[in-house]
Amino acid sequence: MHRFANPTRFLRLSAAILPWSAGLTIVLMAVGLVTGLMVSPADYQQGESVRIMYVHVPSAWMGMLAYSVMAISSAVALIWKHPLADLIAKSSAPAGAAFTFLCLVTGSLWGKPMWGAWWVWDARLTSMLILLFLYLGYMALVSAFDDPARGAKAGAILALVGFVNVPIIKFSVDWWNTLHQPASVTKLGMPSIATPMLIPLLVMALAFHAYYVTVLLLGVRAEITAAKVRAIRLTQVHE
Amino acid sequence: MTRKQRRMAFVGLGMLALFAAAALVLSAFTDNLVFFYSPTDLIAKHVPEGRRLRIGGLVEKGSVVKEGTTVHFVITDLTTQTPVSFTGLLPDLFREGQGVVAEGKLGPGGVFLASNVLAKHDEKYMPPEVADALKKSGQWQGDKDKGQGNKGK
Repeated sequence: MHRFANPTRFLRLSAAILPWSAGLTIVLMAVGLVTGLMVSPADYQQGESVRIMYVHVPSAWMGMLAYSVMAISSAVALIWKHPLADLIAKSSAPAGAAFTFLCLVTGSLWGKPMWGAWWVWDARLTSMLILLFLYLGYMALVSAFDDPARGAKAGAILALVGFVNVPIIKFSVDWWNTLHQPASVTKLGMPSIATPMLIPLLVMALAFHAYYVTVLLLGVRAEITAAKVRAIRLTQVHE
Repeated sequence: MTRKQRRMAFVGLGMLALFAAAALVLSAFTDNLVFFYSPTDLIAKHVPEGRRLRIGGLVEKGSVVKEGTTVHFVITDLTTQTPVSFTGLLPDLFREGQGVVAEGKLGPGGVFLASNVLAKHDEKYMPPEVADALKKSGQWQGDKDKGQGNKGK
């Protein structure tokens, strides 16, 4: 693990991965969108509106995954003081916030025709909104300090505290009565979703993962460069 | 104990305490976190007339009666029934046998006066042909467990 914590090695490794993850994003996104929006069948109850699922569900998954990455790297940063872990947490936040926002917007657009309401305060929707606020709060907190190290430490603690929300989002539909339906894909036994609809959903989920990896690597690279710039400026001041 | 181990123990214990606290809070507020009551809950909880709440369940087959813009129907959780009356626009997914959540208050005579009706759909997604085929072959189970809420099956 210490091998990959070396920023120089990370820059080399990420430069090798980036073209692949970016290419994979484009290909998978194209395949997923075409099969999802055009080829896949309409739903027996929801008709064509079901196609919102191909964007809504992957963005919800990624919103939770990006937060988990943020929380785990925050823990690593607090315990092992790895210089890269803070940067990974910091770069994961805007991507996760964007996914969460996309999930909330598409969910709202889906809710109006299907449920009859843009928004309801049920446990799933509310906990997802809290996730968005956690992301925004984290980003604000991290950048609120003049010393980036102090900002990263305060942010890491917030990220860990907010991690409680992730299992609540996931299991809210099982623990309480909600308007939101329970899980279709990740439930025990067979997914309750027909194969021609499951395939584009999974392709889109992979596309979102590839996109997340791309954005995360780019973000960390930018943070490393920014840290270098800061270091150079400091030496210039002291000269 | 090295400093690293101390930090690890600190973070680990902190997270454990946090999750325990969250679990306690959530279990204490379970009643307030449900989005709707089932017709059985409604009787068990002795909800007074006039208090705003939501009830959810299936629209009983053959119970929908339309009088102008007012709709009367029965919400059932397959053990208890609650009659509902509603004036206004129903969502597209509202149909007999479908899960719904009605927002409103309990009126006189045990009739639930809804001010808003939301449709609830289940976690099953399939093309219409598959649904028809399942119905034909008698393997259709969709209507039985649909919309009863996610708990207490």
